[in-house]
Amino acid sequence: MTWVLEPHSAQSRAVAHLWWWMLAVGGTIWLGVTIVMLVVIARRRTQARDGRVVYDTTASPRTERIVASATFGTVLILTGFLAFDFVVGRTLAAHPQRALKIALTAHQWWWEAEYVNPDPSRSFVTANEIHIPVGERVQLELRASDVIHSVWIPDLQGKRDLIPGYTSTLWIEADAPRVYQGRCAEFCGLQHANMSILVIAEPRDAFARWAAAQASAAATPPDAAAQRGKRAFENGPCATCHAIGGTSAYATVGPNLTHFASRRTVGAGVLPNTRGALEAWLISAPSLKPGVRMPTMTMYSGAQLRDIAAYLASLK
Amino acid sequence: MTSIVDDIAQGELALKRRLTAHWETPHNWLGWLSTVDHKALGRRYIYTAFVFFLLGGVEAAIMRVQLARPDNHLLTPETYNQLMTMHGVTMMFLFVQPVLSGFSFYLTPLMIGARELAFPRLNAFSYYVFLLAGVFMYASFFVGQAPDAGWFNYTPLASVKYDAGFNIDFYCLGLIYLGIATTVGAANSIVTILKLRAPGMSIDRMPLFMWSSLTISAAVIFSMPPLTAALGFLELERRWHFVFFDPTRGGNPMLWQHLFWVFGHPWVYIVFLPATGMLSMIIPTFCRRPMVGHAFMALATVATGLIGFGVWVHHMFATGLPQLSLSFFGAASMTVSIPSAVTIFGWVATMWYGRVVFATPMLFALAFIVQFVIGGISGVMTAAVPFDWQVTDTYFIVAHIHYVLAGGTLFGVMAGIYYWAPKMFGFLLDERLGKASFWLMFIGFNVAFFPMHITGLMGMPRRVYTYSQASGFASMNMLSTIGVYILAVGLLLTLVNLVRSRAAGVAAGDNPWGAGTLEWLTTSPPEHFNFAHIPIVKSREPLWDGGFTPGPAFDDARLTPRTSALDAMLERPVEMPIDSVWSVAMPVTLLLAFGALLVHSYAWSAIGIAASLFCMARWMWPSSATVLETEV
Repeated sequence: MTWVLEPHSAQSRAVAHLWWWMLAVGGTIWLGVTIVMLVVIARRRTQARDGRVVYDTTASPRTERIVASATFGTVLILTGFLAFDFVVGRTLAAHPQRALKIALTAHQWWWEAEYVNPDPSRSFVTANEIHIPVGERVQLELRASDVIHSVWIPDLQGKRDLIPGYTSTLWIEADAPRVYQGRCAEFCGLQHANMSILVIAEPRDAFARWAAAQASAAATPPDAAAQRGKRAFENGPCATCHAIGGTSAYATVGPNLTHFASRRTVGAGVLPNTRGALEAWLISAPSLKPGVRMPTMTMYSGAQLRDIAAYLASLK
Repeated sequence: MTSIVDDIAQGELALKRRLTAHWETPHNWLGWLSTVDHKALGRRYIYTAFVFFLLGGVEAAIMRVQLARPDNHLLTPETYNQLMTMHGVTMMFLFVQPVLSGFSFYLTPLMIGARELAFPRLNAFSYYVFLLAGVFMYASFFVGQAPDAGWFNYTPLASVKYDAGFNIDFYCLGLIYLGIATTVGAANSIVTILKLRAPGMSIDRMPLFMWSSLTISAAVIFSMPPLTAALGFLELERRWHFVFFDPTRGGNPMLWQHLFWVFGHPWVYIVFLPATGMLSMIIPTFCRRPMVGHAFMALATVATGLIGFGVWVHHMFATGLPQLSLSFFGAASMTVSIPSAVTIFGWVATMWYGRVVFATPMLFALAFIVQFVIGGISGVMTAAVPFDWQVTDTYFIVAHIHYVLAGGTLFGVMAGIYYWAPKMFGFLLDERLGKASFWLMFIGFNVAFFPMHITGLMGMPRRVYTYSQASGFASMNMLSTIGVYILAVGLLLTLVNLVRSRAAGVAAGDNPWGAGTLEWLTTSPPEHFNFAHIPIVKSREPLWDGGFTPGPAFDDARLTPRTSALDAMLERPVEMPIDSVWSVAMPVTLLLAFGALLVHSYAWSAIGIAASLFCMARWMWPSSATVLETEV
């Protein structure tokens, strides 16, 4: 479960702080208006309905002074909010000169994450799950391949749209090792509801190990079933959309599956990454995520699909 | 032997007979269809808007069932998206704006002491365009292709590449067509309010509801063109491969967002300010005193309308625009709440210095204030850019807009119904049923929408057709669903109330609430000619302080006086047009033009446009009688 008000980064903490202040001031104003109205109703209620009781037809100077000072008070409060807003805005925008850069591209309805490294052998592509080192501000370079999406990890940072034709930047950080739930926040079509992203914050060395593993080629199939699965994958429709590093499958239409088994979910958060869920997904992704681009795999036999599942499950 | 009193009464009766002869609509089906009576058309606007409101409400109720439980499979994502889009389109374009227009068209001549709107045939025309545009957009459900890209319809999602069916074409063509009605209706209001006020009703004596009508009508004139342009661009891109928004061919999807919100934010005030105008009529009546700071209230209304044009970017804070422009628009968005604050302080001060009568309209008005302050404060919160980044596109915003447009506008409309229904129908509404309806609606509304603030802060995005058990959103969503159904029951009680009170038929009398403005000078319901003698106005609440005298009758023809725009000095009586079938036929021919465009039948579309031009020519054709009598 996520919660804007349980922040896990300096950025979301600043925003939560701003919220509590605005709630306190705003709540007081609301209470004030409501109480005044209740008092008025209690004290000056009348049953008379005809036109007889017409009170002072002109407002006394005091009335206007009260309304004017209440308005002036409103202006002061708004100015205070605005100053607070600008200060928080600066906190959010602060970032280091050099930082880990992740190019995050949104697709209908999944996330492609490329870890950009000047050394190409250490660059890699993954999907629907990004790892970051704890306590470091990380740069997300945002793009969209089809329609407008928006990335949102409530515990860490506010959202930023990913707009086709534009590149924008969002800085995130996490101050505790944990799995943070994120999702698409801009309406993007049929499966807007199922477009999750996980942010896994871990200590520097654990992160480095993970990154090194991700940059390596895919594992070789450990058994006969996985070997058959690899062949079926490479020679069948799977390879028209997906890539697996170190094999002949290099298409980029769908998520890169090089280290698929290291991920926590299938279908951008639709199912947990278990063997059973994977097989169900391979048989008929559209029945689990209506509208998904991945078709029902009628061209494979049941045995072949089990082999492919065995192969994918071996891609640690 | 007849007394002088009897002579006067005889004279008055004869006068009313002459005026009725001039103003009455023929009692046959053609007269019913082609009437230009602003009262008949205003009521039709309100009825039709309520039918659309019920449809939009049913859509909401179905969505709430889908969202009541996690991982629910009642609706497919496609159906959900269509319902979600049509709920927004219906409420924004086919309910709140038309229902407020209906009140405005009904009440404007009565409030300003006139006998008609400035352009009666245009009023008939705009009503039928509104009706047919709504039918046109709802026809999309019958082919299973209702608009499905949200009421804001962002491209590229709405482009032909990602949405190839008729869905978005229904949206674009329907809204361009509807925009004609909205625009001419606004022009009609502006001219009526500026030129047809009773002699002596100088602009500072004008009721506050007229100030809000005038303000929003001006806002409509300036905000509809960007929407129409955007819709036209999108349709050109979808149909004929023009490039406006498609980034792969050099277009820019941000162009849509700017055009849409340059229209969309003023629109929020267009559908909100008239409700504040209604409250500014209702609150003085039920506080038994004039509004505190009348001039400031009027200025606040105008200021909101103006500043409303400078805040559209707050719908786009998360798009990655430069920080400087975000700061500017954040500050502007906070500024726009200042006039709203003035309005609220004015209402509360009026109550403070008055004596509150606890009738049903006043209850709805009080709830409006309580709820609108919540919506206003959450609005100010989202003007703070960093906080907006957290809550935009979440249920927090769903809560915010419903607190303003349902908790505000809808409750204002309910107050308006209970307040003016006796005038419109001539019978009193049952107070017990009215209060029961109010409490159910008040409780239901807050149970439904308050939890959404929390669901949003918990991280639930808007426009999702389902959510998982693990998300933790389930209990708040169940609460919202229950609230919506309580709200619906409360609303139905008002319908029951209308039916039962009509059967009971307790006569309302001219001025059941003891109000001070001119509409209560007429009979309930008003006669065809509204006022037998045009009142000469000397004060803001003429019925309270005797600030009017019965003026000339202008009974030689179908006449209403024209006055100067600011001081309302009598210029001359103008003759108003009679019923015409052409202003009813033209909406139909326009529908043919737009409907044919939808199905790519360009020849029929051209025929529709030619027929529309013919109708317009016949409609405008001067009759010989008119030519002679214009120089009275």
